[in-house]
Amino acid sequence: MMNCKQATRLMSEELDRPLKWQERVSLATHNSMCVYCRNYRKHMAFMREAARRYREGLTEQQD
Amino acid sequence: MNDARSTGDDIDWNDPSIASIRRDMLRFAQMQLRDAGSAEDMVQEALLAAMTSEQAFAGRSALKTWMFAILRNKIVDHIRRHAREISRSQLSAQDDDEGEGEDGLDMIFNRKMMWSSGHWNHEDGPDTWSDPDEALSQKQFWTIFDACVNHLPEKLARIYMMREMLELETDEICRELGISTNNCWVILHRARTGLRACLEDNWFKGDAR
Repeated sequence: MMNCKQATRLMSEELDRPLKWQERVSLATHNSMCVYCRNYRKHMAFMREAARRYREGLTEQQD
Repeated sequence: MNDARSTGDDIDWNDPSIASIRRDMLRFAQMQLRDAGSAEDMVQEALLAAMTSEQAFAGRSALKTWMFAILRNKIVDHIRRHAREISRSQLSAQDDDEGEGEDGLDMIFNRKMMWSSGHWNHEDGPDTWSDPDEALSQKQFWTIFDACVNHLPEKLARIYMMREMLELETDEICRELGISTNNCWVILHRARTGLRACLEDNWFKGDAR
């Protein structure tokens, strides 16, 4: 059974490479029982969006 | 549509809003390069390229995004030219201090143990963030975001920014810096986990907003 450290590692890697089928299954199983890791994944998506805005210079209220 | 669309020729380069874009560009370049001289050069080159272009814009934010795209390309070229020096001078020296073991993650932000036996400690487990989209439009959020990225150990910040802000593929980052793919993923995992914890502590649970 995958632990949180391993799950977060996969949730980081899925931003860099496609996960294998087995990895996706293990991660989904872990996350179905772990609210912290479900939150972690949402936060990763948020941070990616923040980085995109940062990169595009959109770090202030839009005019 | 109005007549505000402009070409490179009639952008007013002395306009205060251009000065503020330039200031933001400089901040961005300094964060990526950690070298004031090179950052200044990159911004100058980007501005020069922008001034001589014929590109048309629908408003200030479109102009800014376009200027940032030019700047990003200049910075990527610079990093590609200087990758060997960067990796020698700023990255390798720190390898050993931070510890390459998985447990290096635990030490980020002076948290003794973020995990015990591989599971989140209750006080460190990711919380629900209220209204994250709203954060993105708050100036103060970006100040904290900057501070959190800068607070990461240098190597983590560098590689995180190469991946997320300069949008390089991990393969290229590893190759340029001469580190293994696995090491690259370990570093990105640490950087993201550290940044996440910092944003949670200082923005989502903090007093800043």
